[in-house]
Amino acid sequence: MSTAARVESRAEIERFLYREAWLLDHGRLDDWLGLFTDDATYWIPLEADQADPFATSSIVYEDRRLLEIRVRQFQHPRAHARAPAPRTVHQVGNVQVVEADAQEVRVESTLVLLEYRHERQRVWGALVEHRLRRTADGLRIGAKRIALVNSEAELDGVVCIF
Amino acid sequence: MNVQSIKGLVQPDRVHRAVYTDPALFELELDRIFGRAWLLVGHESQVRNPGDFFTTRMGREPVIVTRHTDGSVRVLVNRCAHRGARVCDATAGTAREFVCAYHGWTYGTDGRLRGLPLPEGYEPPAGESTDGGLPRVPRVDAYRGFVFASLAERGPTLVEFLGPLRASFDDFVERAPDGEVEMAGGVFKHAYQGNWKLVLENHNDTVHPAFVHASSIWAAREQPAAGGEAYSEIGVRQMLQNGAPWEVWENTGVWVAGYGHSWMGDYHDDSRLVAALDHPAFAEYRAALERRLGPDRAARVLGELRWNSIVYPNCSFMSQFRQLRVVYPIAVDRTAVYAYSFRLKGAPERMFRDTIAFSNVVNGTASPVLTDDLEVYERTQRGLGARRSDWVYLGRGHGGDVPDRAGVLRGRSGTSEIHIRNQFTAWLEYMTAET
Repeated sequence: MSTAARVESRAEIERFLYREAWLLDHGRLDDWLGLFTDDATYWIPLEADQADPFATSSIVYEDRRLLEIRVRQFQHPRAHARAPAPRTVHQVGNVQVVEADAQEVRVESTLVLLEYRHERQRVWGALVEHRLRRTADGLRIGAKRIALVNSEAELDGVVCIF
Repeated sequence: MNVQSIKGLVQPDRVHRAVYTDPALFELELDRIFGRAWLLVGHESQVRNPGDFFTTRMGREPVIVTRHTDGSVRVLVNRCAHRGARVCDATAGTAREFVCAYHGWTYGTDGRLRGLPLPEGYEPPAGESTDGGLPRVPRVDAYRGFVFASLAERGPTLVEFLGPLRASFDDFVERAPDGEVEMAGGVFKHAYQGNWKLVLENHNDTVHPAFVHASSIWAAREQPAAGGEAYSEIGVRQMLQNGAPWEVWENTGVWVAGYGHSWMGDYHDDSRLVAALDHPAFAEYRAALERRLGPDRAARVLGELRWNSIVYPNCSFMSQFRQLRVVYPIAVDRTAVYAYSFRLKGAPERMFRDTIAFSNVVNGTASPVLTDDLEVYERTQRGLGARRSDWVYLGRGHGGDVPDRAGVLRGRSGTSEIHIRNQFTAWLEYMTAET
């Protein structure tokens, strides 16, 4: 890959991550789901440096099917923990392309997330990894891993989407 | 608060809201319930070898659970005999001794004071004036590998305390082809702004799923069926099971025993979730179990169908699904619950993979199911702050309890609130007992 191509690619990737954050902050969850490939995984590990989602529990480990259920749940009139839905600001930073080939780009970024719901504001911080697949429809998320800095803490129920 | 006024809070089919909201009562509970009862502190697999330790709490009391060099399990109060600092800061590990960070006082894995810098400077000499070490929790015992401790010098033995509920622990362990289980797969730590009793009242409540979990049941039903062996099968199927029809819940048994304990029969009919049914996913596991027990006994073990078993006041577990939860009261309106998974030793690795998938949907801090439970505990706590109405009604199935085996009552139907009334019977006994 030439230097020029890499710079171009990075701007494209930043636009993609900002678009993803925008969709989440504006409650456009179906459009957000549309960013994922059919075989995508969405993972919030329970333990710091957790390598395996099958040998240790995860705060969230979902394939496309479970992720669709998670998003659909917000639409139900008695989705108690999700009504009202949290209002959020996803602040994406430190975007770095770590690896890239013709099919996939591996991107690391940081996320600071402000969440407001029921008279309470929470702040989350996470190191995020996206595996972005180049498809005919443009970039799509093949895997997203959100390593919360406080994943091992005693946490109240988590309903916002990172 | 005197005994008479405490007695006035609990009536046969209702309790006063103060039991959930009064900070003074909460402090009394820590002394009289969490300070007396056998509390589950962990599992022997966490302290397999001499020197292994983990830290936890008994109620709010910080403790270290260690395997001493003589092979015994000790439970020590995690507080330096000198100036009171927490001696062990790690959650788990292996140590020959515990050294206080503040002035270097050093303790053995039995809690005994082993040494301290500049001992001649204390008057009288240190060791004589401090009982010699970390306070030992007076009673420690285990049942089938599950370690319990009591902060009280005297009381019923662990076997007396557990009574008929021992069968649930037997069920847990007998399901392992090697006859042993081990804690594995991490720990969920979830918390909520509500009283500690709310979670224990919910676990054997069979009316709540249709309402509390309506949204995850619906969202899972809307999802096209996939089948096969995708990771998500376990989670989706469990969400769907919560939508079982009323006759299933009514016919699911709920039993209570002394000391506030209870257990529920199982409501699952999905063959991919229940090892007793004939899904091919369990074939290898059943074969492994049969090698130890023979086919008849293996079928009997797998046919023991229980959902939650509650050891009042701090433990709730799923013997069939290899989950165990420990309840930590923090304040009258704040509770933490730690949820652990277990590996059936000798079972194929696939069984543990299922356990993890199950744990994520049932006990996960962000689970589409559990988050709605936590939300409802918080709404209940807020509602109970209302002063216009003092009573909490627990009348479902009241008057219809059915004698079962010795020392056990069964609810008139699976939706009886017998398990909550039984918890308050024990609550009142603890709270008004002389010692």
